[in-house]
Amino acid sequence: MIDTMFIGLSLSSILLLVALGLAITYGAMGVINMAHGEMVMLGAYTAVLSRIWLDANIVMAIPIAFVVTAIVGLVIERVIVRRLYGRLLDTLLATWGVAILIQQAIRLEFGLSFFGIHVEGLGPGLQNVPVPAVLQGTFHLAGVEINTYRAFIIVVTAALAAVTWFLLQRTSIGMQVRAIIRNPKMAAACGVDVARVNALTFAFGSGLAGIAGVMMSGFKTVFPDMGTPMVVDGFLVVVVGGVGSLLGSVLSAGLLGEINSVVAALKNDTIARAVIFGVVILIIVVKPKGLFSFRGR
Amino acid sequence: MSFNRRDFLKTAAITSAAIASPSVIRQAFAADPIKVGALYSQTGGLSIVEKLLASAVQMAVSEINAAGGVLGRKVEVIVEDGASDPKTFNEKASKLVIQDRVATVFGCHTSASRKAVLPIFERRNAMLFYQTHYEGFECSRNVVYSGAVPNQQLGKYIPWIAKTLGKKKFFIVGSDYVYPREMAKVSKKLIEAAGAQWTGDEYLELGHSEWASMVKKIKDSGADVVLSNVVGDSIIAFYREFKNQGLSQATIPICATVTSEIEIAAMGPEYAAGSYTSFPYFMSIDTPANKKFIEDFRKFTKDPKAVTYHSLEAAYFQVFLWKQAIEKSGQVTADGIRDGIRGQTYDAPGGKVKIDADNLHCWLTPRVGQWQPDGQSKVVDAWPEPIKPLAYSAYGETESDLFCTAKGLETAKLK
Repeated sequence: MIDTMFIGLSLSSILLLVALGLAITYGAMGVINMAHGEMVMLGAYTAVLSRIWLDANIVMAIPIAFVVTAIVGLVIERVIVRRLYGRLLDTLLATWGVAILIQQAIRLEFGLSFFGIHVEGLGPGLQNVPVPAVLQGTFHLAGVEINTYRAFIIVVTAALAAVTWFLLQRTSIGMQVRAIIRNPKMAAACGVDVARVNALTFAFGSGLAGIAGVMMSGFKTVFPDMGTPMVVDGFLVVVVGGVGSLLGSVLSAGLLGEINSVVAALKNDTIARAVIFGVVILIIVVKPKGLFSFRGR
Repeated sequence: MSFNRRDFLKTAAITSAAIASPSVIRQAFAADPIKVGALYSQTGGLSIVEKLLASAVQMAVSEINAAGGVLGRKVEVIVEDGASDPKTFNEKASKLVIQDRVATVFGCHTSASRKAVLPIFERRNAMLFYQTHYEGFECSRNVVYSGAVPNQQLGKYIPWIAKTLGKKKFFIVGSDYVYPREMAKVSKKLIEAAGAQWTGDEYLELGHSEWASMVKKIKDSGADVVLSNVVGDSIIAFYREFKNQGLSQATIPICATVTSEIEIAAMGPEYAAGSYTSFPYFMSIDTPANKKFIEDFRKFTKDPKAVTYHSLEAAYFQVFLWKQAIEKSGQVTADGIRDGIRGQTYDAPGGKVKIDADNLHCWLTPRVGQWQPDGQSKVVDAWPEPIKPLAYSAYGETESDLFCTAKGLETAKLK
C-alpha cells in the first residue's frame, strides 16, 4: 500500500511540475498558453544539448534550462501574448501557433538542416539524457524500497512549489502579481506596472516549465512532440485546482496522482486514465470554478 | 519573309522527322525504366523509422541499377510520402497504382497503413512488398511479406526462455493495440506448451510512458521473466523504470519482440544490458555480407552512426527477391511477380531467406540476441535454418495444416 501511495505521490509531483508554470501563466494572466508543453520540451532539449556541448549533467542543466526557457517565454510575451490580454480564445490560438513553430524549429534544427548542417542533439529523432548513477535504482527508507529518481523529482517539485509560494506571498513583486490576479485594472490604478509584472510572471512560468522538461528528460525520451500530451494534464490540474490558486493546484495534483495510482494498482492504467477524466468532469460540473478559486467576486 | 511551297515541305519534313525520332530511339533500346513506388512516411511522427526503410529500398535499387538493372532495364523509384497517416497512405497508394501505373510498391510500416492500402492493391491487382514484422492474420495475394510473423519470433523463443533460461512464470506486457494482443495470444499457447505459466497479461495505452504502476505490478506478481511487446517510445520509459524500481535484468530479464537497436540506442544501453530480443536479424551478425551491408548503408545515408535492424534488412533484401521474381517470370506485372516470387531464395545480409510458395511470407531464421552494455546484441541462440512462416499460428495453423495457401485463405478453418 505504501508503494502505491509513493507511486501516487510521484505521479502527483510530475503533474504539479508541469502545472506549476501553467498555474501562474493561466492563473495570473488569463492566458491559455498552449505553448507551455513546448517550453517543457525546450527544457528537455536544453538538458540534451548541455550534456553534448557543455558536458553538464542533469542537475547542472536545471538552472541553464530555467534561464533559456524564461528568455524564450519573455520574448513570446513581448512579441505576441502582450497584444492579446483579455482575449482568451485568441491567446489559445496564437500560443498554439507558437507551439507548432517551436516544434518545427527543433525538428528543422532552426533551419540549419536546409543547408545540410546537422547539430547533434536536435532534429526529428529521439534523444536521451543519461541519469547519474546516484539517481538510478532504489534506496530503502523505513523498510520501503524507494525509486531514487522519482524521489528526486518529488524533492525538486516541492522546492519549486515552496519557492513559488514564497515569491508570491512574501515579496513585493508577488504582492503585485496577486493584485493583478484579483483585478488587473484596479492594480494598474494603484500604480502597479502591469505590463512589466506580466512579462516577468510569464517568463517565470516558462522557466518553471523548462525545469519540468529537464526532470522529464531523465525518464522519458526527448523528441519534438513530447510536450503536447503534458500540457493537457497540466490544464486538468489547474482547472480542477481553481484558476489562480497555487494551493489548489498542489492539492488537485495530489488528488489526481493518487487516484491514478490506486486505480492502476487495482485494475490497470487504461482504466485509471478513464477514471481520472471522469473525476475531472465531475468536479468541473459540481464546482465550475475549481476546488479553490479567488476569482469572480 | 515569305514561304514558298518547296521550303514549306522541306521544313515540315524535317520537323516531323524530329518529332518522330525520340520514339525511334526508344524502340531501338526497348529500355523504358521499370517504375516502382516507395511509400513510406517522410514526415510526421513515424518518419524517423520509415525514412530509413525508404533509404534501404533506394540503396537496393541503386545497387541493382549499377549491376545492369532488371531484364536490361533500369529501375526508377517514385518516392511518395505517407505522412504517418493511414488515409494519406491510401491516397498515395492510389496515385502510384492508378496514375503512375506501377506494378510494385515497396512500403508501409505500421499495420494500420498496410490495412489502409490493401484494398487498392487487391482491386487494381498490384503488388505491395511489406518488410515489417507484424501480427499475422493476413493472407493477401497482393502482398509479399518479408518481415517476421509471430511463429518466427515466438515459436522458438518461448521454449528457449523456458528451457535455457529456466524461467517458468511469464508476465506479458504490451502496448494496447492489435500487434501486442495477437502476440500475447500466440505466446500463451506456447508458454503452456512449454510447461510454464503466465501470471499477468497487461497493456499500456499506445505512446503512454508512465510505467510506475505497471512495473510495480510486475514486481509484485512473482514473475521471473517479462515478455515485452511494447512499441515506440514507451519502450524507453519502460526499461528505465524497470531498472529504477530496482529490478534486475539478471534475475527478471525482459524478453522483447520489438525492442531493436534503435530503441536501445535511445534509452542508453546500460538500461537494457542483459535483456533479450528475438529477431531474425541483428546488426551484430558477424558475417562479411552483413558487415558490407552496414558499411554500404552508412555510406548511402551519409550517417557514419546509422544502425541497421530487422525491418531495415528486410526492406533491403525484398528488392532483390522482387528482381529475381521478374527475371524468372519475364514479366513486370503483378501476376508475373507473384508467380515468379514463390519459392525464390536470396542470400540476405543476415543469411538465407526464401519466399514461401503458399502464403508469400518469408522463411526467416529465428535468433535470440542479448543486449550488451555497448548497445549491440550478442546472438546467444540461433535456429540452424530458416523456418516456415505461419500467419495464422494464433488460430491453430501448423505446417501440416495450412490455413493460407496459394489458393487463398481457407476461412472454414478459422473458427
